[in-house]
Amino acid sequence: MTGETLVLSILLFGIGAAGFVVRRNAIIVLMSVELMLNAANLAFIAFSRQHMDVTGHIYVFMIMTVAAAEAAVALAIVVLIFRARRAVNLDEINLMKG
Amino acid sequence: MIQAIFFYIFATIAVAMALLVVSAKNPMRSALALTGCLLAVACIFALQSAHLMALLQILVYAGAIMVLILFVIMLLNLSPRELGDRRISVRRVTGAYLIGATATLLIIRVTKHFWEPASSLEPGFGTIQEVGRVLYTQYLLPFEMVSLLLLAAIIGAVVLTRKEKGDGQ
Repeated sequence: MTGETLVLSILLFGIGAAGFVVRRNAIIVLMSVELMLNAANLAFIAFSRQHMDVTGHIYVFMIMTVAAAEAAVALAIVVLIFRARRAVNLDEINLMKG
Repeated sequence: MIQAIFFYIFATIAVAMALLVVSAKNPMRSALALTGCLLAVACIFALQSAHLMALLQILVYAGAIMVLILFVIMLLNLSPRELGDRRISVRRVTGAYLIGATATLLIIRVTKHFWEPASSLEPGFGTIQEVGRVLYTQYLLPFEMVSLLLLAAIIGAVVLTRKEKGDGQ
């Protein structure tokens, strides 16, 4: 079961990363990040079950908390950018010429 | 056996929903698909006997975080024009191909490895009691630091979105 779960984790991470690269809507990019974090969680859970060690669950707990904090701050930034420039398209947000 | 069947059902749902997340034009659709994907992954957590994490996944991820994202999507209420068209550039397609190639290599590597079946399950593995015991003894300091991080995130979000007095609004 560990191998299959890891393959699923890689698939979800790949889909999330591809969405992060291809999509330009800031909210969808954020959701792609959540997808990638979730795939990492899945790998932690699979290894935790494989080695019978609860430490993997603690890591998942921490990742979930960090994801919640990240979502709160990132969405605040998206709202701010939308207020200032009426756009959530990342191509139009180029003040810093990055 | 029945575990494997359920695993494949939930894995298919998760991958299909994930594809919908990155391909849907409307962010609302992607958010709902992401909720479905997170719920399917929560079911797989439960299959891997991570009961507490499955519960937290549903409560925190599919509950709190997704409500926050849906709330912002509704708040912004984007018009079709503001959603923007999907322009395909060479760089982006190259990036997606590179990610696909890396994922394929990783999958080949993982499936080649022989995973010994996990040793017999200890009673209480993954329950609230067991995870809580480890969390509050061995990992107490990281736990407290994470609560500080959450506090900082709350304050940061409030400060960022607050309107100053006389902001011209």
